[in-house]
Amino acid sequence: MTVIVKKTTQLIAGIIFLYGIYIILHGHLTPGGGFAGGVILAGSFILLILAFGSDFLHLLREERGSTLYENLAILIVLFLALSGLLAGANIFFGNWLPHGTPGELLSAGFLPLYNIFVGIEVAASILTIFLALVIFKEEVMK
Amino acid sequence: MNPLIPLLVAIPLAGAFLTMIIGRFITGIPRYIALATLLLTAFISFWLLVAGGGDQSVYIMGGWEPVNGIPIGIHLVHDGFSALVLCIISLIGLLSVLYSISYIARYTSGNYFYALFCLMIAGMNGVVLSGDIFNIFVFLEISAISSYALVAFGVEKNELEATLKYQVLGAVASFMVLFAIGFIYWSTKTLNIADIRAVFSEGHDRSYYLLIQILLLTGFGLKAAIIPFHAWLPDAHSSAPSPISAMLSGVLIKAVGIYVIIRLFFNMFEITGAMAVMITTLGALSMAVGVFLAIGQWDIKRLLAYHSISQMGYVVMSAGIGMTLLARGVRPEVAALAITGGIFHLVNHAAFKGLLFLNAGAIEYSAGTRDLHEMGGLARPMPVTSATSLAASFSISGIPPFNGFFSKLIIIVAAVMARFYLLAALAAVVSIITLASFMKFQRYAFYNGEPGRIGKEIKEVPLPMLMSMVTLAVICLLLSLLALPAIRDAVLTPATDILIDQMKYSSQITGM
Repeated sequence: MTVIVKKTTQLIAGIIFLYGIYIILHGHLTPGGGFAGGVILAGSFILLILAFGSDFLHLLREERGSTLYENLAILIVLFLALSGLLAGANIFFGNWLPHGTPGELLSAGFLPLYNIFVGIEVAASILTIFLALVIFKEEVMK
Repeated sequence: MNPLIPLLVAIPLAGAFLTMIIGRFITGIPRYIALATLLLTAFISFWLLVAGGGDQSVYIMGGWEPVNGIPIGIHLVHDGFSALVLCIISLIGLLSVLYSISYIARYTSGNYFYALFCLMIAGMNGVVLSGDIFNIFVFLEISAISSYALVAFGVEKNELEATLKYQVLGAVASFMVLFAIGFIYWSTKTLNIADIRAVFSEGHDRSYYLLIQILLLTGFGLKAAIIPFHAWLPDAHSSAPSPISAMLSGVLIKAVGIYVIIRLFFNMFEITGAMAVMITTLGALSMAVGVFLAIGQWDIKRLLAYHSISQMGYVVMSAGIGMTLLARGVRPEVAALAITGGIFHLVNHAAFKGLLFLNAGAIEYSAGTRDLHEMGGLARPMPVTSATSLAASFSISGIPPFNGFFSKLIIIVAAVMARFYLLAALAAVVSIITLASFMKFQRYAFYNGEPGRIGKEIKEVPLPMLMSMVTLAVICLLLSLLALPAIRDAVLTPATDILIDQMKYSSQITGM
């Protein structure tokens, strides 16, 4: 890619990443949440890969890492859901943390936690799919 | 609120993702994680079957209690019918994983296999437990997508072609189901099965109702491979690795196809004469056409796959006979008998078709071929495979004292009592043709000629594969005990009751 594309990407990739984090963290207050924010996070990574070419990042190593994060994140979501079952209330997906004042960032009990881990899960899995397609294409080209 | 119910979905999901994480660092562990997952799931499902005693038990996710009798949360419903199907899923799943330990060792990337396997189990358990039509769709997609990947596991030309066909038709089916769910939500403003029934019973547009029914019957009929929608099944089921074929044919088409059709058409929709006739016709058609397509096959796995269509026809037909009688409002005891026969046959089919596919896998493992022309005389080098496949062939063709005989007997007797003489005769004829086609299988595979023809030395398969085949053969024999009145009342009757009694399913959920 040209210098213009690379420079612009460098400038905006970080902002897109931050925006994704914002969407995830405010998931229980504003529209959006784990899924939408996760897609935006993955978008910033994909933008970097597209602008700088596949040999800049070590794709195979990336792919291994993103698969690991994906599986860990979904396991943590499952564990949080199970914690409701274990915490005495005997409710799967039970929201037993204090709910706080509605409208504040730290409120709604488990919801921000679910949003964060779902965000990681979605970002990692979309990145994994993208990397798998790129790696597959490179292997075919060889 | 029995906490074991959500665990049936959570444990296989956790197993799938643990497999992927741990398998990355330690090779050889994933198979034991999958085995432990399935053992735990099987234990829980049998515990729920025995301890539940067929009573309905509802689990509300996240503790969202109904408001004014209108369910707002996600409900998991465990009753007599779902308990039976859950037991089949986890039992056949457990034996398939045991079998895979040796069988999959030949393939690369076993991690993915076991992870997808656990994911498929989680999806099927979810479909069976869900009391909410949109969650049925979500779990249906989980199990369908993992089964697409598993069918393509060999990554050869045939596998990829089969999985493409399966994916395209599966996507059409999912689209129709989603479309129907959209229509239902539009007119009833609810997704809970019991609540949908309550809203529809207050009055509905007849043609709109019929459209929804047809869309759902087509969508789930595609998943269940009832005859006009069967094109994907022979390819997909014969190309998959054998333990997966056993899962697809033995369990998947029942859990995401037949089970949902029966559940929705008995417990969600009013039983109408027109739909009853349609379901009976489709069942009878699958039963008859499937067996004629099967008898000409020389590829053993294709032969077995076509027989799955035919045997599922028995189940759908007997459910249809039950529906017809209930719609007319006459002789509910005969309707109960027909439905009991259908459910009994569903359970039996899981056992013997699972076993037959495992046998086919064992033959492929040792002899390296699936073509009946190239086999012969395998009975001497592979005595256990031969004996177990004989048992399974007797079961599927309905020879006493194996389980298939009793369920087919109940279905035929119920059809005669309901005065469907033609259907009863057809069921008997199809059973005879089934026998003929399995005699062909036995003769060409195990008895005709010498094993030397294949040109390599044939040995019996490894111990884990033998163990799962022998266990299934014993289960085939033991399942005939379900025909005894005392055991039938404990296991099969609760399943029939929940389907026949129009109010029983909804009463506990909507609190009326």
